[in-house]
Amino acid sequence: MSTETVGASALARPAGKTTRKNRKGSYLADFGLPLLVLALIIGFAYFVTYVVLAEDRRFLLPPLHEVIQVSFLDADNRNQILEALWRTTVIAMVGLAISVLLGTVFAVVMASARWLERSLFPYAVVLQAIPILALVPLMGFWFGFGFTARVIVCVICSIFPIIANTLFGLQSVEPGHRDLFRLRGAKPGTVLTKLLIPAALPSVFTGLRISAGASVIGAIVGDTYFRQGDPGIGILIDLFRSRLQSEQLFGAIIASSLLGIVVFAFFTWLSRRLVGHWHASGRL
Amino acid sequence: MSVATPTTATGVGLRFTETAMEYPDGTVALSGVDLTVEPGQFISVVGPSGCGKSTLLRLASRLEEHTAGEVAVDPSALAYVFQDATLLPWRSVRKNVGLFCELRGDGKADTARRVQEAIDLVGLTGFEDHFPHQLSGGMRMRVSVARCLTVDPGVFLFDEPFGALDEISRQKLNDDLQALFHDRKFAALFVTHSIAEAVYLSTEVVVMSGRPGKILDRVPIPFAYPRDPQIRYSEEFAHLCARISTSLAGKEH
Repeated sequence: MSTETVGASALARPAGKTTRKNRKGSYLADFGLPLLVLALIIGFAYFVTYVVLAEDRRFLLPPLHEVIQVSFLDADNRNQILEALWRTTVIAMVGLAISVLLGTVFAVVMASARWLERSLFPYAVVLQAIPILALVPLMGFWFGFGFTARVIVCVICSIFPIIANTLFGLQSVEPGHRDLFRLRGAKPGTVLTKLLIPAALPSVFTGLRISAGASVIGAIVGDTYFRQGDPGIGILIDLFRSRLQSEQLFGAIIASSLLGIVVFAFFTWLSRRLVGHWHASGRL
Repeated sequence: MSVATPTTATGVGLRFTETAMEYPDGTVALSGVDLTVEPGQFISVVGPSGCGKSTLLRLASRLEEHTAGEVAVDPSALAYVFQDATLLPWRSVRKNVGLFCELRGDGKADTARRVQEAIDLVGLTGFEDHFPHQLSGGMRMRVSVARCLTVDPGVFLFDEPFGALDEISRQKLNDDLQALFHDRKFAALFVTHSIAEAVYLSTEVVVMSGRPGKILDRVPIPFAYPRDPQIRYSEEFAHLCARISTSLAGKEH
């Protein structure tokens, strides 16, 4: 067969170029505008601190520079917050890893047979509908108030988006692709690894980004309830509140927020690395 | 209706004997189809929508089971080009073309050689590392054909492969497919809505009736291969198209 080279390369190249150009053009919109909003929010906070609040009530919202000064520039205070944050991070990530493992297996099992999905999916939904806070004391009651119980809380918080999105991804495989593999007599295991999992990956990542945030929340909730062992960031936040250490309270809140953002950004980056070359969702 | 005998392997080629297909709900998709496609034959099937043309291909490939008669084909020598290119979007052109070799468990060197041969043959040299979303519809169809070529098929099934393409790409692909057929002499069963495409490509055009699908007319196409694209504008070509068109219309009313 002969080539359509001219038409083809003309078609293949500009697509890449325009996206890059658009990206450059939108740096201002992507970063400048959100930063402007951040500046406005900080400005408003200073306004509340110095204008709205009387001096003796200023501890309710300390100015940002003092928060940074006390919480992050003071080595002892900084280490205290970072150590607690690290403990929380470990718990959140162990919980997330377990969720990914269990959730994926759960989804693959449900995708393999309609009757299994019918019998199991309602319970996945129920799991999502249960207010987690109601279960937290029970987990402590059953598993003690340490690492295990905290991890379990994270798993409960984060498993549903993994199950739901993985299942959705597995089920949205095109029938034509299934026929293709059937025609070549592919075994179920091969279909799973070469078709189903790659096809589901973009949805899995969507779930993962939601779950990662949920797992961090679970870890902090777990911290706050289970007051034994080395303190996580949740305990620390509550401790600072009770001692009216306002600057450190805000510092700890900022640190835990950053954790959530970093985790989300990490999975967005990972998703772009792994599926961005072919799927639009990975390029967000 | 007699009980369906299982699909049996012949040498190369495809044979339907009194083949019928009835869905569980009682809809008869095909009845009493007798059709043989030998190597070196390119048989196109035209007919109204829903006449079971595609069912014929699905039976030949055993994606669906016939309910009566017999279908004889060697499944290992079979290639099926779908309406859609069905490329895996996460694989490059090279990896898409290599899929069948991979599923068959071919060695790396052997796969690489077959893949490059097939890519060169369909005119996609230089696009090995592109992804499907970077290709035009015509190029995706070429990848789909290349993927089939890697398994040296003796029987080629085509399900309206160029239906979604613009006229120019379609003619180009027709020319190239015709050249490929002339070169390889496989047995081809080609389903299409376009009478002109059927006449241009085929050694014989089979006209089917609406549901239940039956063979109404068989029109041998006498042109020798390789065919000059200009024959599309000859008087004989027009006569053949007219005859097929009349057979189609005759039973639709």
